Amino acid sequence: MATLTATTAAPRVNRVPQPGIWLPAYTLWRREIVRFYRQKARVVGVIASPLLFWLVLGSGFANSFHSSGSSSDKYLGYFFPGAVAMIVLFTAIFSMMSLIQDRNEGFLLSVLAAPVSRSSIVLGKVMGGATLAAIQGIVFLVFTPLVGVHPSLASIGISVAVILMISFELTALGFTIAWPMDSPQAFHAIVNLILLPLWMLSGSLFPASGASGWMRLVMLLNPLTYGVDALRNALFPAQATSFPLAINLAVTAGFCLLTFIASWAIVNRRSNRPAA
Amino acid sequence: MATMIETGAPDRQIFSAGAAAPIELISLTHDYGSRLALDHLSFTVQPAEIFGLLGPNGSGKTTLFRILSTLMVPSGGTARIQGFDAAREPNKVRQQIGVVFQERSLDLKLTVAENLRHQGHLYGLSGSLLKTRIQDSLNRVALADRAGDLVETLSGGMQRRVELAKCLIHSPGLLLLDEPSTGLDPGARRDLWQYLRLLRDEEGVTVLVTTHMMEEAEHCDRLAILSEGKLVALGSPFDLKSQIGGDVVLFETASEETAAQLAGKISDRFLVTAKALGKTVRLEREQGHRFVTEVVEAFPGVVEGVSVSKPSLEDVFIRRTGHRFWTEKTTGEN
Repeated sequence: MATLTATTAAPRVNRVPQPGIWLPAYTLWRREIVRFYRQKARVVGVIASPLLFWLVLGSGFANSFHSSGSSSDKYLGYFFPGAVAMIVLFTAIFSMMSLIQDRNEGFLLSVLAAPVSRSSIVLGKVMGGATLAAIQGIVFLVFTPLVGVHPSLASIGISVAVILMISFELTALGFTIAWPMDSPQAFHAIVNLILLPLWMLSGSLFPASGASGWMRLVMLLNPLTYGVDALRNALFPAQATSFPLAINLAVTAGFCLLTFIASWAIVNRRSNRPAA
Repeated sequence: MATMIETGAPDRQIFSAGAAAPIELISLTHDYGSRLALDHLSFTVQPAEIFGLLGPNGSGKTTLFRILSTLMVPSGGTARIQGFDAAREPNKVRQQIGVVFQERSLDLKLTVAENLRHQGHLYGLSGSLLKTRIQDSLNRVALADRAGDLVETLSGGMQRRVELAKCLIHSPGLLLLDEPSTGLDPGARRDLWQYLRLLRDEEGVTVLVTTHMMEEAEHCDRLAILSEGKLVALGSPFDLKSQIGGDVVLFETASEETAAQLAGKISDRFLVTAKALGKTVRLEREQGHRFVTEVVEAFPGVVEGVSVSKPSLEDVFIRRTGHRFWTEKTTGEN
């Protein structure tokens, strides 16, 4: 009987070392990137649709609300940082949607059952989404000459840094929202309710200075306002903006930290309800 | 109340002193709000055995599986894995176990090798060690030639084999498999069980399998049968079945009332315990075939159909719970 061998076998205690934070985070990050470029439609869609949005929306707004002839180009210029924020937001939403997919399939289960520090999971997943978002935001900078901006190396450097931060904060925010959810529809509802208004009221479409009363207040409280304003600082140094660059950068960095802590906290919550 | 039924072969209890059992449950309890999903479960899984958790949907086996795989904290009692508390030392437990969930955990957009590399990284493996492990585990499941293929191009059976290779990448001593043969054709199912036995015999791996299929439970060395969160039977399939005296006899009748009446009459007259289960009267008796004629002659016109069979695991379940495996009321989530 096969069980005879069993009686003599001592239980095997596995002595695998506890993995560090970076290797699991790296592998999760890498997976996001590989998945992205293996889905060609995503690559095309995410580059092409913001360009289309920017041209259509930007030209449309400009012609409708400004009567003077040359203002169309001016509005396209104004809308440019907003368009970058939009690309980043779209990609962040997209990649965090995959979190819900991972949960519904068993993928996330197998990650959670591995001896991986929960911080690695947040880092890997958020950095993965943020990388994709940032790359597309940065690629969009190629179109700056279309709005008559020929940025210096310094302003490209600042823009890239700001795009990285916006990507990170939006992805981490998306992660925090998507983590407890199990249906893409519910996530979509929240996207429409929170993330899109977050973008609309960030000074992307119209400046806070022109808004009235409560809306102005909401825009001032919106952390994304400072990211978009920082981009404006970088790309149009001559133009007067709502806040100085230093404040914009500080608020944006602070919000990055805040969203990361939030996503970390929500993942570390162990409960006696089903984890996934 | 703690249900301890120690019918498992006692000679299997011996293992080296001081070493912890692969799985030890001490009065493990879990509730989802008002509903008790696990009711003071206590049992021990021995090293290098294939242990089955058998139960219908809603019996609590999925809840137990979640607790053992550290995805959920139980509301009471203790689950120890190789001596580590699943609720308090999740990371230590996670290093000891390889888990195959019912859901597909592979990334379809990655290749077979990429999936395994990913898993290895999660367990802190890298470099040439990881390379050898990937090669070994793919050889074991006979998929070395598909290493570079995207998982989405593989058949369901092959994907299941990759899942197995994936959970073995860190060579755990304990495998947890949730309904492993779901969606597998008979051939693939046979291969899976052969492979599990190989792991048990050659590497001393302990395997815990949940299942709702009686035929599958037959393959296990020992079984815990769960019903409504309680342990109703524990032992080898053979021992459990041999506790039932003789044959199992079923009499079909026209209605539930007739069945209930017939059960009463048979019990009175022949001094056996006959139970009505819906329209069927069920009893256990030596020499079942002889008994049938006596009953049919004693109560003419009532019996519409008869069956006599050797006891099955379902009979064990019916005897211990008083109801059928599948008619058990399913109470919400499982």
